[in-house]
Amino acid sequence: MIPILGLAVGVVLGLILDPSVPLWLQPYLPIAVVAALDAVFGGVRARFDGIFDAKVFVVSFVSNVVVAALIVFLGDQLGVGAQLSTAVVVVLGIRIFGNAAAIRRHLFRA
Amino acid sequence: MTTPSSGDPGDGTPDEVRPAQESVRPEPATADDGPAAPAPRRKQRGDLLAAALIGVLALLLGFAFAVQVRTTDDGQALAGAREEDLVRILDDLTGREDRLRQQIAEQRSALAQLGSSDSQAEAALAEARERSQALGILNGTLPAQGPGLEMTIRDPMDRVPAAVLLDAIQELRGAGAETMQIDDVRVGVSTAVTGSPGDLALDGQPVEAPYVFQVIGSPQDMATAMNIPNGVVDKVRLRDGTVDLVQSDLVVVDALRQLDMPQYAEPADGD
Repeated sequence: MIPILGLAVGVVLGLILDPSVPLWLQPYLPIAVVAALDAVFGGVRARFDGIFDAKVFVVSFVSNVVVAALIVFLGDQLGVGAQLSTAVVVVLGIRIFGNAAAIRRHLFRA
Repeated sequence: MTTPSSGDPGDGTPDEVRPAQESVRPEPATADDGPAAPAPRRKQRGDLLAAALIGVLALLLGFAFAVQVRTTDDGQALAGAREEDLVRILDDLTGREDRLRQQIAEQRSALAQLGSSDSQAEAALAEARERSQALGILNGTLPAQGPGLEMTIRDPMDRVPAAVLLDAIQELRGAGAETMQIDDVRVGVSTAVTGSPGDLALDGQPVEAPYVFQVIGSPQDMATAMNIPNGVVDKVRLRDGTVDLVQSDLVVVDALRQLDMPQYAEPADGD
């Protein structure tokens, strides 16, 4: 309940405040969002599996975001930022799909 | 340039990522054992803290999500885009611009064609209208007015024959009469004068003396044509009649005639 509430409040806040993203953050924000989404899907899946743990969720959430941003940052430094961010999005997308499939199996038994 | 090289990491990374994915799943199991050990009270506080943290993280995610969606909507995203992305975007835009310019040129030429054909059609329509008016006046299906002649042939002895009226019509035509009527009967190309003197008929409609001609054309020319020696005036005088000629600036010919529909003739193909 708390996470859904937080999500809704965050979306509303973002829409109302409408802050401009600082320039240095702009390449990393979408990647960070996708990574966080991956962590959230993983958390929901763990919840359905009955192995959800708050600490693990928090740590995986933060580390997911940080690592994803770091990979893209390194890629930018090496001159392959676009490719690496594509790679990160692809990998995270695959994981989100896998987790979503597991959640679906739990929800619909199919 | 980005697509082929981005495929390589996409193919390569799953191997490196799968361990990470597995490491996410085992972790809860091991972590489940961890928090189980401490005292229940500390666990309760920890739960509260974790819930709060999760709430904050979710809030952050929602916030970042909304901001990112807004930024993407704005097109501010370009400011933070990479150089190669910008080059690709620029290429795309240039290609699109070329295509659009080509489309504009095509549409322009189509518009010019349509405009010229439109004006051509308009001119043709105006010409056709003029022609139909001219033909209507000649055929007697339209009323007409203009300068002309009013001629009255009086025939007190009933001796003016059809030939004299026909002569008058022919002479007037020869002198440039454009259209005329006699006693409210319009004279057309096929008008016939029939009957015996004193009992004449134009196109089958009886006319009685005095015969009043209303003719549109050059008044002087027609008056001259009537007055030539052995002309219409002389012929009527021979038969004890009189002719009055009045030149007028405005003669109205308002008797109408049915259009002769050709029964056998058809328009020939081609011009």
